[in-house]
Amino acid sequence: MSQPVCPLSAIPKGEAYRWEVEPPIAIFHTEDGEVFAIDDTCTHQDASLADGWLEGCEVECPLHASRFDLRTGKVDAPPAKKPVRTHQVTVTDGIVHVAVSDAAPNLPPGV
Amino acid sequence: MIRSIAVVGASLAGLSAARALRNQAYDGTIIAIGAEPHVPYDRPPLSKAFLAGTCTEDDLALGDPDESLEVDWRLGTAAVRLNPGSRSVTLADGSEVHADAVILATGARARQLPGTEGLNGVHTLRTLDDAVALRADLAAAERLVVVGAGFIGAEVASSARSLGLDVTVIEALPTPLAGPLGAELGAVCAGLHADHGVHLRTGVGVAAVTGGSRVEAVELTDGTRLPADVVVVGIGASANVEWLIGSGLDLANGVVTDAAGATRVPSVVAIGDCAAAYSPYAGGVVRSEHWTHALEQPAAAVATLLGERREHTAAPYFWSDQYGVRIQFAGHRTGTDSVRIVEGDPDQRSFLAVYERAGRPVAVLGMNQPKLFTRWRRQLSAPDPAPASAA
Repeated sequence: MSQPVCPLSAIPKGEAYRWEVEPPIAIFHTEDGEVFAIDDTCTHQDASLADGWLEGCEVECPLHASRFDLRTGKVDAPPAKKPVRTHQVTVTDGIVHVAVSDAAPNLPPGV
Repeated sequence: MIRSIAVVGASLAGLSAARALRNQAYDGTIIAIGAEPHVPYDRPPLSKAFLAGTCTEDDLALGDPDESLEVDWRLGTAAVRLNPGSRSVTLADGSEVHADAVILATGARARQLPGTEGLNGVHTLRTLDDAVALRADLAAAERLVVVGAGFIGAEVASSARSLGLDVTVIEALPTPLAGPLGAELGAVCAGLHADHGVHLRTGVGVAAVTGGSRVEAVELTDGTRLPADVVVVGIGASANVEWLIGSGLDLANGVVTDAAGATRVPSVVAIGDCAAAYSPYAGGVVRSEHWTHALEQPAAAVATLLGERREHTAAPYFWSDQYGVRIQFAGHRTGTDSVRIVEGDPDQRSFLAVYERAGRPVAVLGMNQPKLFTRWRRQLSAPDPAPASAA
């Protein structure tokens, strides 16, 4: 079920919003105007991907620089090995809605 | 034509070299030699989550079961000699590995405190076995003394504090971390100890570590006696390069290489903690002990080995997690650089500091500022090379 999160205008292009659910979800607004939602926590160690470096449709973890594809959740290179969980996003009347995935999250050890 | 490669060292640098070889379309034999019996594992958590008990040995695995590197692992036997003429490596069990090329990745080992050999309860922390032994010892201890307030010492102090121990950290320098961070910000990082109830004593040395079969106390040069159930010594690391003496390599606190990983011996490159590589950031040869260096630099050295010379140009980077605070540093600072707080407040344990030289950012330090840190880190670049003459 889709839940309203925030107005799209609250997330400038090239920025991310950390939605404080459990586990937290990062919502990205790309330079091209697309919106994606993935689990916020890197699958390798505890770091917030909303704090990472957004480039195109990829975000680079701010701690160890593994890059995740926002569309698929796939990771390009170690140290992360597991993909990050993705969530479906819709924007209706300027409001970002996220349908939280039923899949199990790939959280790092100790989180 | 290189058809067989020996990778000597089976930790992050060695594994990254094997991955780089396959990524760069090398399809010959790879033989990886490791002194430790374990498959490659991640060391940074050893002083943090592993010691604090929030991650397990399985969590430390660096390898991915889904990747097929086709590496012939020879684990649990150290290399003892490199014969550069035949490019063969002799192992401690007397066997020999012959290869067309050799990648040196033997890392470093923790320095010991002289006079503490054989005294139970005195630890260093470098390997998984070290961490398992220390974790077991801390479980039954009340008082920990840490010798050395560098990053390993600080992380051990933090983890032990989270386990409820009474912790004292001893540092010979007046200000911890003054070397990498400068005195002003080294003092800020060292302030985390007091914030969390850990005693820090600076500018004082260790006179003796006393006990019978087991450690009982650390005696300081100012006459103080600190009772201790466990002592952790974190006073730096030495490159594992003694086995290369006589091999023809240039050894100076590490295997000397150029910025592309090449040694003075053809078809032999050196990577990771054991290599002393030319760094454009430092303007000289430095031995980097940083995790990210061991992760990324092997790709350049492997390209060099395979005939496509490539220099490793990323700015040095390291991080530390202590007391729930994330410290990140990138670049290279010298004593004459100016430092400026551009965001936050050191007293709030959340800030970003930029080190500048001639008005240009050369290094950046963040405490609990990962987002801003990443932006500044990407602006760092090596000092300009000498201008090329116009064509």
